[in-house]
Amino acid sequence: MRQTVGVSVARYRPEQEAEPVFQDYEVPFRKDWVVLDALNYIKDRLDGSLSFRWSCRMGVCGSCGMMVNGQPKLTCAAFLSDQGEGPIRVEPLRFFPVIRDLVVDITDFMRKLKKVKPWIVRETEKPVAEGEYLQTPDQLDAYKQFSMCINCLLCYSACPIYGLEPTFVGPAAIALAQRYNMDSRDQGARERLEILSHKDGMWECTFVGECTKACPKHVDPAGAIQQYKLASAAHWFKTLLPLGSR
Amino acid sequence: MEILSCDVLVVGGGGAGLRAAIAVAEGHPALSVAVISKVYPMRSHTVSAEGGAAAVIKPGDSLDAHAYDTISGGDWLCDQDAVEAFVKEAPEEMLRIEHWGCPWSREPDGHVAVRPFGGMKVQRTWFAADKTGFHMLHTLFQTTLKYEGIRRFDESFVTRLLVDEGRCQGVVAIELATGQIRAITAKAVIVCTGGCGKIFPFTTNANIKNGDGMALAYRAGAPLKDMEFVQYHPTGLPFTGILITEAARAEGGWLLNKDGYRYLQDYDLGKPEPKPVLRSMELGPRDRLSQAFVKEQEKGRTMEGPYGNYVHLDVRHLGRKTIEKKIPFVRELCLKYENIDPVSEMIPVRPVVHYMMGGVSTDIDGATPLAGLYAAGEAACVSINGANRLGSNSLTELLVFGARAGKAAGVFAAAQRPAGPAVLAQAQDEGRRLEERLGRTAGTEKIATLRTEMHQTMEGSAGIYRTGAALEGAASKIEELRLRCEAVSLDDHSRTFNTELTSALELSYMLDLAAAIVQSALQRKESRGSHQRTDHPARDDGKYLSHSLAYRTEDGPPRIEYLPVTITRWPPAERVYGR
Amino acid sequence: MSAGVGYTPYHPRWYRRRVSVWWWMESRSYTGFVLREISSVAVAFFAVVLIALLRALARGPEAYARFAAALASPLMLAASLVAFLFVLFHAVTWFHLAPTAMVVRVRGKRVPDAVILSSNYLAWIVLTAAVAFILLRG
Repeated sequence: MRQTVGVSVARYRPEQEAEPVFQDYEVPFRKDWVVLDALNYIKDRLDGSLSFRWSCRMGVCGSCGMMVNGQPKLTCAAFLSDQGEGPIRVEPLRFFPVIRDLVVDITDFMRKLKKVKPWIVRETEKPVAEGEYLQTPDQLDAYKQFSMCINCLLCYSACPIYGLEPTFVGPAAIALAQRYNMDSRDQGARERLEILSHKDGMWECTFVGECTKACPKHVDPAGAIQQYKLASAAHWFKTLLPLGSR
Repeated sequence: MEILSCDVLVVGGGGAGLRAAIAVAEGHPALSVAVISKVYPMRSHTVSAEGGAAAVIKPGDSLDAHAYDTISGGDWLCDQDAVEAFVKEAPEEMLRIEHWGCPWSREPDGHVAVRPFGGMKVQRTWFAADKTGFHMLHTLFQTTLKYEGIRRFDESFVTRLLVDEGRCQGVVAIELATGQIRAITAKAVIVCTGGCGKIFPFTTNANIKNGDGMALAYRAGAPLKDMEFVQYHPTGLPFTGILITEAARAEGGWLLNKDGYRYLQDYDLGKPEPKPVLRSMELGPRDRLSQAFVKEQEKGRTMEGPYGNYVHLDVRHLGRKTIEKKIPFVRELCLKYENIDPVSEMIPVRPVVHYMMGGVSTDIDGATPLAGLYAAGEAACVSINGANRLGSNSLTELLVFGARAGKAAGVFAAAQRPAGPAVLAQAQDEGRRLEERLGRTAGTEKIATLRTEMHQTMEGSAGIYRTGAALEGAASKIEELRLRCEAVSLDDHSRTFNTELTSALELSYMLDLAAAIVQSALQRKESRGSHQRTDHPARDDGKYLSHSLAYRTEDGPPRIEYLPVTITRWPPAERVYGR
Repeated sequence: MSAGVGYTPYHPRWYRRRVSVWWWMESRSYTGFVLREISSVAVAFFAVVLIALLRALARGPEAYARFAAALASPLMLAASLVAFLFVLFHAVTWFHLAPTAMVVRVRGKRVPDAVILSSNYLAWIVLTAAVAFILLRG
């Protein structure tokens, strides 16, 4: 039973380096440690200058996404014992600009999230005094899966289209748009369709399907996007009919 | 130094902070409002709350019933006027977030569903499967995106509140990505930074819960109320401290000791029934359940594990279908982190620190004694939670008091002048202090060492059961750690995303708060709710029906004063569960 | 004061790694995806062959005989075999993707993926059997 495992971490200090370099550390191997525990061990005991994001360590805040042995993972959910012989390679999330070490810049996503109008759009608001909008459990099921997104951005790191075309709105943003489209209380589907049927919207997606594989919360963004495409195409056909909806 | 300004600045981007920002944007559209947070808002710790949020909505329930449950749950330390306002505004706030898109679980007819919860006589806890906090936070955050007027400073770490002419007038903050130090002046500041569970070693809290806002307010001269009341959640996983929601017990889970015995029946919490009985046994209040664990441990009836003693939470009898429908996240967490399937195995659990009843002292509108400074959420202490918080009251508290603080701050800000040169001079001083801190190369202490010592001290002396002697020892140890913290050496001198610097600043916040907790606990010579003194085991309403207020002193321990609890309609009585 | 996010939007020191032109070789999934996309070329190939066949038929028996001989050349046989394998790959991969895109609800509950998948395979088998029967009977 091995006592330690090697961890090879990508370092990038803009004041010192022009591009990332790997630094090797040896950390204790414990069967209930995750990669995040190893990184914290490094920061606490070996090298306080290692920068990375983390918070909840239970897979719900979405802060700790990194590339572990070339795959985008939540480091709080990636057990050391599942990563093979080692050294375990830890790098910042792919396809995002690297600010420092394992920290990437996600302002591109934040901008795109706002763009898809991820809120309830209503033509007429119901006063709060009249109580809740009724929504049956089946109506809730229609969008519930897409509402589970923790914005960890592993899907963006898995999507080669996003890597090649950074203007692509991306899996999580489109899935969240679809979450609101499918919410029985929302009336904003038309507005979102306007935005997402343009270039860089849902039609950039070529259904690689890697986003769904990478998603730790089983949101199935690939499914959301393809369903959205079908709905969008159906809507377009309807507009061709003489009395079809516009 | 770059100087920005806004009218209302919200520090902290969790549930309370975002709700406050929306309240300002809606109620005072002419004012500029900004939210500054050291993490992106969707990473705030509100996201990990699981169980639910309470509000009176079903027939057969009443505001008075909710109020009574809250007040008795808080062992009569709750300000009853605040509780009355809270239970009254709760249903409207909850319906408002439903209108904003929160995916509440529903009854077959489409109405919002409720579940039983600890300490509540009537079912009134709204829930979104068992990820209520996650859904509430994302709903609030996505709703704030709709308001063009809400500006955000993401990943900006606040290091100081600027105070001049007896009024809070802004903050100094480091933009983490670039290391740039900025002053943001404001006519009102609302602190919504959450609690400080990371002062303790075993906690459900995330890494970011260091009590930043509480310490900032404390250093600015605002008192901290009821800091000695630290809630231990009875069911956290042993190694990680990950929360296993109270909902697992609300759905019918049992707590069993090493003999498979439902031990809570020995602690005046009622008789064991096959189905959950409200306000009884496993649905008793959290402080009593955590205390029962410690007593069982002393009797040798808990199980020993590599990470401490534990008991079992048994939900097997609920069946796979109920577990997957009502507590799916619990199942996911157990499978992932303990390699255990709750459908067929029992979950190892132990009490872990979960919530701070105490915080920055505010009135029922979220205003602190420092003009221009407001607080809401876990960072504040109004107090509606008293000596022990009932589960599912805090998520509702975020909405009710976030909105109140936002409205009050808006009214205040509208009547203020912009900041003067004295404020900017203070900001420059702070900038110099931070530069010096960053550049300092000499130093003898390591952050991790001091943190570990703080953890050991707090868990050992300020845990579930406390004694005067242990608290005295803790007070001097914490003071020693505070001084040693000045000599921390950093490996990281980069300006770009320097998390070692922020860890050092967070540690100093936590040590200040630890001193307040220990001193408040030392001075309160009674046992009430979650503050249990083995040397003063009885509740003493004659002397201590009051909130403790901890004021920072220049050197030496915090000065503790007392503020009587506001009693309106529920005179103090015996706290009864299970009968 | 301006609205919007108060954040330094871009910093020249942030590192952007170039995506390699060989990105599709980095993992089996990516390579499979690219092969799937290329398989549409095989489908197009058969469509062109079919159109050419119809044109030859329309021009009379000699044209058709020449066309049939051209189809039997070793090069065309090899190309057809390769294209046929690609088309099989194309069909199988798209069948497996269908349940993700097609959400069919019966009485409020979602039809399981396995049902959609097996219906597709079943339809394929039935149609192939029908065509084979017609061709081999005569």
